[in-house]
Amino acid sequence: METIVETKNLSVEYRGTGPAKGRRVAVQNLNLKISAGQVFGFLGPNGAGKTTTMNVLLGFVNPTDGEAFLFGVNVREPIARQRIGYLPELTYYYKFLTAEELLRFYARIFGIPRRQADQRIDQLLKLVELESARSRPIKTYSKGMQQRVGLAQALINDPDLLILDEPTSGLDPLGRMKVREIIQRLKNEGKTVFFSSHELGEVETVCDRVAIISQGQLKVEGRVADLVEQHHANLEQIFLNIVGYTPQAA
Amino acid sequence: MNTVLALAGVVFKELYRRKDFYVLLVLTAVVTLLAGSVNLFNEGGVVRYLKDICLLLIWASGLVIAITTTARQIPAERENRTIFPLLAKPVTRADVIVGKFFGCWLACGAALLVFYLFFGAVSAAREHHWPVLAYFQACWLQWVMLGIVVAMVLFGSLVFAAPSSNSTIIFVVVIGILLLGRHLNQVALQQPEPLRTIVYTLYFLIPHLEWYDVRDLIAFDQGLVPWIDCALATLYAAVYCALLLFATWLVFRRKPLNT
Repeated sequence: METIVETKNLSVEYRGTGPAKGRRVAVQNLNLKISAGQVFGFLGPNGAGKTTTMNVLLGFVNPTDGEAFLFGVNVREPIARQRIGYLPELTYYYKFLTAEELLRFYARIFGIPRRQADQRIDQLLKLVELESARSRPIKTYSKGMQQRVGLAQALINDPDLLILDEPTSGLDPLGRMKVREIIQRLKNEGKTVFFSSHELGEVETVCDRVAIISQGQLKVEGRVADLVEQHHANLEQIFLNIVGYTPQAA
Repeated sequence: MNTVLALAGVVFKELYRRKDFYVLLVLTAVVTLLAGSVNLFNEGGVVRYLKDICLLLIWASGLVIAITTTARQIPAERENRTIFPLLAKPVTRADVIVGKFFGCWLACGAALLVFYLFFGAVSAAREHHWPVLAYFQACWLQWVMLGIVVAMVLFGSLVFAAPSSNSTIIFVVVIGILLLGRHLNQVALQQPEPLRTIVYTLYFLIPHLEWYDVRDLIAFDQGLVPWIDCALATLYAAVYCALLLFATWLVFRRKPLNT
């Protein structure tokens, strides 16, 4: 099976500024391999290194050591990002554009021909249920609508890999359900989804495999069902054990 | 090229959807209209003087549009985090810089075109002649000059902390060059060493924006600038733009994306 995402001994260090000078290790010797068609959950507490890992995969941050590949292409090459879609945790888009204009802008970046882009935009606006608001400026959208525009832009190039950074954060239960449905639909279409989340129940529902990262280090990785069986606990208990949480006595 | 044009298109849309552009346009139009309609005692010199004021206003508006539009481009991308979904596409940081440059420069060009068409129409109504080539040269040279300014502001937007400080500093530098640039070599001659060398170096280092100011030729009907001079001035501006954009890229490629 084709390997879609691969990191080899990936390490990222940040140089502290202000009072917190010195080097801070964000990711340490991370080895990950994600095959085509998998929905892969990337878990960890805040500051564990999830977003940094995603930032390396997206070419926003250069690794201090090790390498990362998308579709076998080093992430330092912009072409590695031709077949991916990305939804950031906090979605802000050009607020003076309408959803349709925003999608057309991104379609143009991917070099999608006009007629094909029109069809794709229609499909996506229908998928994220923004058809009626397509000609309204994004600044008039609610948070949930903006998150759905974000999802639509992530899908504009019909990506083979979707990278989602906490896609349901800040959404109401209905919004979360819709995002889950879309992930499920993409999975059925054979797409690969790599996403981080704090919603462990959600991860357990939609993911084939998960990795738990803490203090920049990979703690555990495997199929959700195997981990549950191996640890005789649900994913939340496994997660809490791994990150070293001990309940305080009342 | 597709990416650069797409980015430029977004900058262009931003400009014509913002109110400040229209405020400047209306303000200049009103003053131009008022100035163009005045003809005190049928004195031709007064009309020329007023034409000079209108051109000064167009120059000031051009600078304001160029500096304020450009200054917020990259900082806004970083503050609003729109840079993340953008760079997650097959877009390089160099594409972003070139796209922003072309977007701002083309937007300035469109604004100048409107200003000059309006000015031309008004002055033609008063003087009953329309020196199209002279207006074209003035508009072209101003647009080319604004290219250097846009590139300077883009560079400044990565060096200075806030768009406001960048705008202020670039305004001061540009006005300084326009007023003093041509005299620096004479100033240098009057200085003792090592100040003389420093001022001379400055004279040869700064982009001479004042060369692009041909308002007097239009206001006083003094004919055209030789076309070869126009071409050389365009080449000079292109070299400065390329150097400034390269410097911007050098800074941007190492810059963290989040603020």
